[in-house]
Amino acid sequence: MRQSSRSVLPGFGVSLGITCTYLSLMVLLPLATIFTRTADLTWDGFWGTVTNPRVVASYRVTFGASLVAALVNTVFGLLVAWVLVRYRFPGRRLVDAIVDLPFALPTAVAGISLTTLYASNGWVGRYLEPLGIKVAYTWVGITVALIFIGLPFVVRTVQPVLDDLEVEVEEAAASLGARRWQTFTRVVLPTVAPALLTGFALAFARAIGEYGSVVFISGNMPMKTEIVPLLIITKLEQYDYAGATAVALVMLLASFALLLTINLMQWAARRRAGA
Amino acid sequence: MSIQVRNLRKTFGDFVALDDVSLEVPGGELVALLGPSGSGKTTLLRIIAGLEAADQGTIHFHGEDATTQPVRERQVGFVFQHYALFRHMSVFENIAFGLRVRPRPVRPSEAEIRDTVMGLLKLVQLDVLANRRPSELSGGQRQRVALARALAVKPKVLLLDEPFGALDAKVRKELRRWLRRLHEEVHVTSVFVTHDQEEALEVSDRVVIMNEGRVEQSGTPEEVYEGPATPFVCGFLGDVNLFHGRISHGRVHIGDNELDAPEWSDAPDQAGVAYVRTYDVEVTPSPTGGASLEAVVRHSRAFGPVVRLELELVQDGATVEAHVPRGRADSLRIAKGQRVFLSPTNLRVYPRGASPS
Amino acid sequence: MATLAFSRPATTAPRAIERATGESEVIRWTLTATALAFLALTLVLPLVLVFHGALAKGFAAYLAAIREPDALSAARLTLLIASIAVPVNLVFGVAAAWCISKFEFRGKYLLITLIDLPFAVSPVISGMIFVLLFGMHGWFGSWLFDHDIKIIFAVPGIVLATTFVTAPFIARELIPLMQEQGTEEEQAAIVLGAGGWQTFWRITLPNIKWGLLYGLILCNARAMGEFGAVSVVSGHIRGETNTLPLHVEILYNEYAFAASFAVASILTLLALVTLALKTLVEWRQRRSAAERADTDDSLERIAA
Repeated sequence: MRQSSRSVLPGFGVSLGITCTYLSLMVLLPLATIFTRTADLTWDGFWGTVTNPRVVASYRVTFGASLVAALVNTVFGLLVAWVLVRYRFPGRRLVDAIVDLPFALPTAVAGISLTTLYASNGWVGRYLEPLGIKVAYTWVGITVALIFIGLPFVVRTVQPVLDDLEVEVEEAAASLGARRWQTFTRVVLPTVAPALLTGFALAFARAIGEYGSVVFISGNMPMKTEIVPLLIITKLEQYDYAGATAVALVMLLASFALLLTINLMQWAARRRAGA
Repeated sequence: MSIQVRNLRKTFGDFVALDDVSLEVPGGELVALLGPSGSGKTTLLRIIAGLEAADQGTIHFHGEDATTQPVRERQVGFVFQHYALFRHMSVFENIAFGLRVRPRPVRPSEAEIRDTVMGLLKLVQLDVLANRRPSELSGGQRQRVALARALAVKPKVLLLDEPFGALDAKVRKELRRWLRRLHEEVHVTSVFVTHDQEEALEVSDRVVIMNEGRVEQSGTPEEVYEGPATPFVCGFLGDVNLFHGRISHGRVHIGDNELDAPEWSDAPDQAGVAYVRTYDVEVTPSPTGGASLEAVVRHSRAFGPVVRLELELVQDGATVEAHVPRGRADSLRIAKGQRVFLSPTNLRVYPRGASPS
Repeated sequence: MATLAFSRPATTAPRAIERATGESEVIRWTLTATALAFLALTLVLPLVLVFHGALAKGFAAYLAAIREPDALSAARLTLLIASIAVPVNLVFGVAAAWCISKFEFRGKYLLITLIDLPFAVSPVISGMIFVLLFGMHGWFGSWLFDHDIKIIFAVPGIVLATTFVTAPFIARELIPLMQEQGTEEEQAAIVLGAGGWQTFWRITLPNIKWGLLYGLILCNARAMGEFGAVSVVSGHIRGETNTLPLHVEILYNEYAFAASFAVASILTLLALVTLALKTLVEWRQRRSAAERADTDDSLERIAA
């Protein structure tokens, strides 16, 4: 990587050197092990591992629950962002700060707390049990935990966009005869849609890799409520390094694809805003 | 559709934006609300639109009370200073918006909408840009789209909030003339807000001058310019010199000079201010019979047909600006440092207390 | 905008839309109530439950659980890890932000994407890669064994995994901030004769101090609370390779719920402090950004 323009400021060499060395040793090298390890497996071995029914079931659980959780977060995240930006009520600033709790709270703490909350004798679980709704130790519980984890991603991505919305545009729509609902669906929502999509993708990406908050409430029953991260750990404990790497590789590729998509969406949004 | 505004009052916290404002806009006229920042003109416009609610007073459209009517029922078209176009929609969709959100029973068909929108695009001369996004248009083009969008719903009243304020001077002039022509074609009752007096005087049928939440004067451009009713209007329109002096027995004393001020012949003696337009200051090389104030030419600059002189009064060092026709300036051979004599004509005299300086 | 400045609250306060374009009272209150109910159920209830569970057996038991030797050594280990991971990532973050934001070079955007990688990787995988590297059957496994160096299932492994996971935090915070601030001030300093370090300390650092603090707070919170990655590399050896989050898990799995919540409550308090600091820093950031804007405005006005 060469400097293409001569710069007056010093420190380029040093800072770039530190950055590249650090990234190579701390990030690229460790990540490379996954690829080299999987290369050890033959294609059949890889495919066999990855299509094993238990593994497939875990993919279904992880991706399925993450998808549902991200969708729920998209709807309610928009609602929360709207209320925080548009309305005044006592304690608004406090509520605004609390939204970041899932960012700050260690996942294990969230995990044990949610499990206790939704167990059949828990504060919430006890009301759902008679209704026949079991949350703890089912995929519903997994989804609940993933909702907790992903909420701030949607809210924080949508909030600035809502904040920047010009009042005049809504006034214009009203002066042209639009009812409030029409203004919301035809003017506000299309403007917020890109941010919503990005928030959804971020929540989804976080959810598929989540371990700590989920592993307590899921019950970890193979084929039913076993999430992929747990399956990887199980394989590692059994010294099935190859198997663990194979499963992890699929996850990694999915995560990278999501990361790429998210960055592309944000780049497209920046271009549209700049134009 | 005429507009009757009666006794409107609006405060924002401690700030009084409108203080007992009453106004009549005859149907079909193009009226300008003119005044400095903070005069309340935009607030008045927005209250007429229904975008804000007054604390007291009423608004009637053609005799019908609209004071509590929500904005979307008032059938007003509103054009914003920064256009407020829907960025995610094309030009066509922007203009069609008002028609598309009509309730099903009264919604025109897509074919009818298309006809209306294309007709409007031709009217504003943007028909080739129907499928573009607002971000691809220039400021002037965007404003025309905003206007077409407001006209699409056939409003009874068209309200424009400093519509050309965000544009370059040249584009502003073009669009000003274009608005005038449009109004002559479409004939919707229109009210527009501006702080640019040239714009207001050039375009409108009637000018309403506002200051500090009150209407100072309302009349045709000629009326307000030639016959300013208050010191504020006098000072606001055109370039003006202020001469401080005393009013006594129907004459005003400025320094050693006395000028006629017959309208104050019955008034008690008091301090006063005389407003004199820059082109009403006569410049002579020697004192004339009437009032002659001695002054020194500090600066002279030719601007086309007019020579602008900056003069310093000998008696008190005050600065006076005089605009003299080129021919006259040449024949006087005006030069820097030259001693001349000024003769103010067409004075408008007001007592000192009444003049907001 | 032509309207009066004080008829619109600042953008960071809620935009109270006038009656013309607002929803009806009923709808507003319904939406607000729904949002608050959702947040109460999703966020507040679990939070409250931690403290309730911690004190379930009384305050004495709470103190005992926290003072228990294994808990204390877990706390010590957690602090040790944070005290290594955070400064290391601070240096990395500042270096990366400096070269990316102040210079133009090919591959810049690739670098930014690489910095984001640890964010995209699942915590368990983040731990696993170090096992693959330094574990018994890993790349360096036999070499380490021969030299009797333990990384996996020992403290160094935990440090490495935590450092990996928290690597992007400070860089991600500083890069957009420094990009936005540009290079003019630094260039001015260089022209006036300042050296590289001087420029950084006296010009760059004061400008980025709030963003830096913000990144540090987040990095620290994550370093202390990391669970998945640490779970893989630590071996769960009580008293030796247990961090506070792992200790919470162990107690919970042993059905010592009150003790588990007690230790969890410490971490929760840390999280709440993090949130408070975060809010404070955001507030100061907004203030200093507003001041910068004001200075630019008044300079524009003077120049105009």
